[in-house]
Amino acid sequence: MCTGIVEKAEVKGSGKGPNGWFKLEEVNVSYDHPTDAPLEHALNIDFVNGKMAPGARVAVELSPESARKLVDAILAALIRGEDL
Amino acid sequence: MHRYTTDMYEGMLAETTTVQGFNGDIINAYFARPLGPGPFPGVVVIHHMPGWDELYREMTRKFAHHGYLAFSPNIYYRFGHGSPDDVAAKVRASGGVADDSVLGDTEGSLRFLKSLPQSNKKFGVFGTCSSGRQAFLAACRLKAFDAAVDCWGGGVVMSKEELTPKRPVAPIDYTKDLSCPLLGLFGEEDQNPTPQHVHLLEEELKKYGKTYEFHMYPKAGHGFFYYDRPSYRQEPAVDGWKKLFGFFEKYLRIYS
Repeated sequence: MCTGIVEKAEVKGSGKGPNGWFKLEEVNVSYDHPTDAPLEHALNIDFVNGKMAPGARVAVELSPESARKLVDAILAALIRGEDL
Repeated sequence: MHRYTTDMYEGMLAETTTVQGFNGDIINAYFARPLGPGPFPGVVVIHHMPGWDELYREMTRKFAHHGYLAFSPNIYYRFGHGSPDDVAAKVRASGGVADDSVLGDTEGSLRFLKSLPQSNKKFGVFGTCSSGRQAFLAACRLKAFDAAVDCWGGGVVMSKEELTPKRPVAPIDYTKDLSCPLLGLFGEEDQNPTPQHVHLLEEELKKYGKTYEFHMYPKAGHGFFYYDRPSYRQEPAVDGWKKLFGFFEKYLRIYS
């Protein structure tokens, strides 16, 4: 099914797409059909810059379990780094 | 269905083109047609949420192969250009494409098909997933089709909380306006539409005395035609295509 579940956040940073690095403005996180991952639904993360063409996108499609591991890893790294 | 004999001539022309769609915008489209004078029925092939992609190019050619003038408008045209999945990701992030926009593009596509000298003046509309919903919506609101096929269209039944400015009315609320026979193909394991959603739509169709044909396949979920996804189910897919072409032959083909 198409869930239409999308969460968005403004982000600052850079992403590397097919044409090299570009400035990121937004991350779109959806739980919906993936394009490539062999899953019925995936946790899809798109780092984009809305001022650029649709190809300015860094995309990942993760299983829900993988997405939770990613969340844990991000939080762990942040905690260690911000404690320095 | 296409009845092959080994001595028959067959030819097809398939190419991208442009058409005037919603709001008078010139959008691009994919047009596949059998060669020969016809007359041929026409089908507007509305692409699904994952985009105006290779699968929909193949489906458009499949209709042409079976003797239909098949026209697939790029309903994501206004979101820019890039690979189909990049454009689809942009559309997904912006909450999808507006119903009125899709209807305008569908109407423009129909107008184009009507203008063709090889048309038999019978027209169908087809869609899967989000575009199954849009095919149903077009059959209700445009009142210009002779047959419609909704394959597992989710969001035909919508709660008030699910309505948005882009999708302001649940399509089921337009059922009384359905102006042509409807074929629905669904999977029992689908979560949207669930069998309960399909049942609600069926009740509405009965209530208004509409002509419809629904098939609910066991051991199938959403998107069982998509051979490139885990949702593919061979038996329902093969049977579904047979049912689909049987339906279009019945309502769109004119035999002299």
